Amino acid sequence: MSVTPATQTRDTILEVKNLKTYFFTEDGVVKAVDGVDFSVKAGEVLGLVGESGCGKSVSSFSILRLVGVPGKIVEGEIFFEGQDILKLSKDEMVKMRGDRISMIFQQPQSSLNPVFRVGEQVAEVLELHKGIKKKEAWARAVELLTLVGIPDPKKKAYAYPHELSGGQAQRVIIAMALALSPKLLIADEPTTALDVTIQAQILDLINELREKTDTAVILITHDLGIIAETADRVAVMYAGEIVEFANVEPIFEKPLHPYTQGLIGSIPVLGNVVARLEVIPGLVPNLIDLPPGCRFEPRCLLRQKYGLEVCARREPELVEVTKNHKVRCWLYTDSDEHSAPLKVE
Amino acid sequence: MFQFIARRLMLLLPVMLGVVLVTFMIVRLIPGDPCVTMLGERATPAKCEAFLDRYGLNDNIGVQFVRYLQNLIKGDFGDSIRFTRPVTTLIAERLPLTMELTLLAMIFSTTVGVLLGVISALKRNTFIDTITMIIANIGVSMPVFWLGLLLAYLFALTLKGTPLSLPPSGRFSAGLSPIDLAKFWGLENLSGLKFFLVELMSNTVLVNVIITHDWKLFWDALRHLILPAVAVGTIPMAIIARMTRSSLLEVVGLDYIRAARAKGMVERRVIGKHAMRNAMIPIVTIIGIETGGLLSGAVLTETVFNLPGFGTGLVAAILARDYPVVQGFTLVIAVIFVLVNLVVDISYAYLDPRIRLE
Repeated sequence: MSVTPATQTRDTILEVKNLKTYFFTEDGVVKAVDGVDFSVKAGEVLGLVGESGCGKSVSSFSILRLVGVPGKIVEGEIFFEGQDILKLSKDEMVKMRGDRISMIFQQPQSSLNPVFRVGEQVAEVLELHKGIKKKEAWARAVELLTLVGIPDPKKKAYAYPHELSGGQAQRVIIAMALALSPKLLIADEPTTALDVTIQAQILDLINELREKTDTAVILITHDLGIIAETADRVAVMYAGEIVEFANVEPIFEKPLHPYTQGLIGSIPVLGNVVARLEVIPGLVPNLIDLPPGCRFEPRCLLRQKYGLEVCARREPELVEVTKNHKVRCWLYTDSDEHSAPLKVE
Repeated sequence: MFQFIARRLMLLLPVMLGVVLVTFMIVRLIPGDPCVTMLGERATPAKCEAFLDRYGLNDNIGVQFVRYLQNLIKGDFGDSIRFTRPVTTLIAERLPLTMELTLLAMIFSTTVGVLLGVISALKRNTFIDTITMIIANIGVSMPVFWLGLLLAYLFALTLKGTPLSLPPSGRFSAGLSPIDLAKFWGLENLSGLKFFLVELMSNTVLVNVIITHDWKLFWDALRHLILPAVAVGTIPMAIIARMTRSSLLEVVGLDYIRAARAKGMVERRVIGKHAMRNAMIPIVTIIGIETGGLLSGAVLTETVFNLPGFGTGLVAAILARDYPVVQGFTLVIAVIFVLVNLVVDISYAYLDPRIRLE
């Protein structure tokens, strides 16, 4: 998917500023999301990539204010259509969820309540937000199931979740999420639990519906293939922070951050026979006990290559090094104690 | 569904046969014989012989068993050795009280237990949670007779003369008694099953007084049942509270609850509709088990509160080696147990569509 000029001039509908979501556990404070900034424009797909535990999902739950105990949003602002949703009352937030911001989950089967018919669950969203009668909501639910490509929707509406396949269940969830044409759809690993063929269908469906309704999508995944295919812009997350943020092409063609380079280097390419895939050495740091400098520093090969001292001591900022391309790395940014070894034209 | 129920009811037959066989054998294995208990230590062997003959207890045990079964099929449970009255009449006299007690106790333990459990789960790891679970733990560890005595002391003595005072013993206040339904309906010459059923209904005071519109007696009977019901229902209440808490906590952490919140549902609906329906399955199991236990376990409560119920009747019959009564009463308890389990199974299917009744 290419970035059309149109997407760039569109209104920003979501702006996350310095979001910090911490989990207060007995072992210490887990800084799951630690100062994240990003924005999403109407109709665009923002990809949020990273390894498991890097804070992708917690960021998205924070947007819906659904972070459970012992987690808490400790700082930051989340502007949705110009309004800071962290300042909304509980009731206002409840009205927002499922209506203007909705969400698709990783495990479709377990995201549907096993004891209610799927038609009922889709209809419920309409009853909750539109206040329409049960019968009318049910009819509309059947229409929605048709729209997302459920075969024999009239009959399938009466099915219970365990009677559906994973792909069908995900379609039901999408029907639910799109029932009220939300302004923002958060898709948290929407295809991870599905077969590859079904994955493609589900992504096509999300794309198709996005084009129809002009919904902005935050697509959370660890699958770079999906990002390359679907996203307009990409935010790469590492250990609770965004380390690189750019349009999709530069991310794949000229990744700047050593972590992004590692991620892309570790994708197998069809027809390209290599003895071994590249790996990023080491492990994700413990989010309770983070390194004092750059969080990627202990695993960074380039830092060793260029012999940068500053990385271990000071955390770099997320800086725009070229137009629309931000990166959090001392290789590209000067400090008072070093000059950046790499320059981007 | 109907096929399922029919099949389960058919299964009652082998269960009943097994229960009859086992109780028949066990009561005869208890040391001591009915002659000595009934006629006393100094009964002459001749008298004893005549006594045993009269009740057919001298016959071969196999013969006795077959004869008992034949009579059972005809609805004849035999006569009590001690009272020389039909066992069915004794059942009709004593069963209703215990059923009413059990029902009230279960209403109490289910409502209070589920309520405490839900509060505790929603306020997890707070002061309220701690207090609720302390109450539950005390409830589980409180012996029924001790709690019964404490309740009687508090409500009948300490609070005497206040509106909160409750009677500590018996079924009615002095001078009150319900009308026999057979008389009320003018059905004097009933016999067999019809007579049994009318008697059963007649002795179920809370039903009787509704039929006869005797509201004064209704309140009186109800007030007499409150203390015993609370005493007997406390342990189940505590168990249900703990089960509700853990079951609800487990469900609340699941994906579909977060999904329900993401749909824009108020918390009350998330818990009340989406979480509770799933959490109810283990709770219903516990309620079923406890109900069965109450029926046979009400002995202590009935003794403390001086109620002529099924439990005390059964214990007295065992002590007197009143074989027909022991057998009959045990059989009734077994049947009720199976029926309660059937209801539990049916409610599973209602609560969880993944459980299909076939």
